[in-house]
Amino acid sequence: MKPPLFDYLAPVSVEEAIAARARYQSSALLAGGQSLIPALNFRISHPEAVIDLKGIESLRGVELQGSEIVIGAMARHREVELDEAIFKANPLIRETLGHVAHIVIRNRGTVVGSLAHGDAAAEMPALFLATGGSVTARGPGGSREIAAGELYRFHLTTSLEPDELVTEARIPALPARTGWSFQEFARRRGDYALAGVCALITLEASGACQGARLSACGIASTPVRLVKAEEVLTGTSLETETVNEAGRAACAHVTAPDDNQTTSAFRKQLVQTLVTRTITRALARARARL
Amino acid sequence: MTGRSAEAPSAEASERSSDPRLLLRLTVNGAEIEREVSPRLLLSDFLRHELGLTGTHVGCEQGVCGCCTVMIDGRAARSCLALAVQADGATIRTIEDVASADGTLHPIQQAFQECHGLQCGFCTPGFIMGVLSHFEEARMPDLSEDGIREMLSGNLCRCTGYQHIVAAVRRAARLMNLDGPEKG
Repeated sequence: MKPPLFDYLAPVSVEEAIAARARYQSSALLAGGQSLIPALNFRISHPEAVIDLKGIESLRGVELQGSEIVIGAMARHREVELDEAIFKANPLIRETLGHVAHIVIRNRGTVVGSLAHGDAAAEMPALFLATGGSVTARGPGGSREIAAGELYRFHLTTSLEPDELVTEARIPALPARTGWSFQEFARRRGDYALAGVCALITLEASGACQGARLSACGIASTPVRLVKAEEVLTGTSLETETVNEAGRAACAHVTAPDDNQTTSAFRKQLVQTLVTRTITRALARARARL
Repeated sequence: MTGRSAEAPSAEASERSSDPRLLLRLTVNGAEIEREVSPRLLLSDFLRHELGLTGTHVGCEQGVCGCCTVMIDGRAARSCLALAVQADGATIRTIEDVASADGTLHPIQQAFQECHGLQCGFCTPGFIMGVLSHFEEARMPDLSEDGIREMLSGNLCRCTGYQHIVAAVRRAARLMNLDGPEKG
């Protein structure tokens, strides 16, 4: 068999799952399994126990609560992607999910699993940073909220404790007068992107840029907010030259070294292009919503 | 995933030499099945080794090739990226259940045959299950060139160059009346 030996537990409540985690030195939480099971098959992950969350009713589903989208830990990518109410509340989510692997993977993989896995090249953590979401982590000591900006420490490394379990993620609905765009470049459809960029542009009633939130995946050891590009845009009237300048400014956030996929210089070029394109698209959408 | 990535298993873990056995109950192609399995048995291996359903092919065992695609509760999924125990209580459908009992091909299979959508055939069960799931999920599947290629993007074929598979999907949609009202 491909995976290593492990104990398998299928708790039916969050409390049971947390108690199970506490009993083992190392345990892995199994939601959709689209990252965990390949890691087990390759034996690069050796948890003493695999804790399957599928039987925990309270972790299922996605819903709009006021101005927040609440995504349960077992909500599959595809379920969130196809939900019309979620699409209306924040269309950036469907646009971004369309780039996450393939439909067959999205049928199983979960949004919260992707957020907690923390792959620096994954799309959803970048969306999570741009939208300013948060996760609820439950541990033996109780529950805490972790803001998106506080979650990512390094590739596949988050500020979650080994005994915690993310029960849900919250993503704000799209604010008024805001346009959105996610675009990426991958060598093959469905592969992890060499770089991907998420843009949210909020206009004042006058049409000037009230605020911009930009993030990227695939360019550093974590997903990153492109703060330097945001600063270029805020308060301007978003002329073409300003948008181009934001693209150039964003390159400073590329810290990934040359690797077996591409060079750092090419990633900088990609980010510059993607930032310019996503801002332009988001701006057109924001203007249409004025 | 928060296991000890890239670390050797602890002494305690490696001392465990035998797998626990868990009772698994599920429905496969309409039959209710009960088996005791190891929790680390992949669904793909369960189908092939335990049930003898060797129509589900195993290519890469890491979620890349799509050959092992089956339907879990009506949705296409990679059976190499699921533990058999995850399917406890689930309804599984494999390629063996696609043609009618009398051997009449499903329209998707018929279309693959008519359009030469396969050569060696190793990847074909995965393609068929993916397309079947997509057709059952989408009331109006996107049958543009891009839409079909998006639908097929999770499956690798090393023979056909995909052209004939795209044609087969379009033909299957026609046979199943999924391609909208007749034009003209």
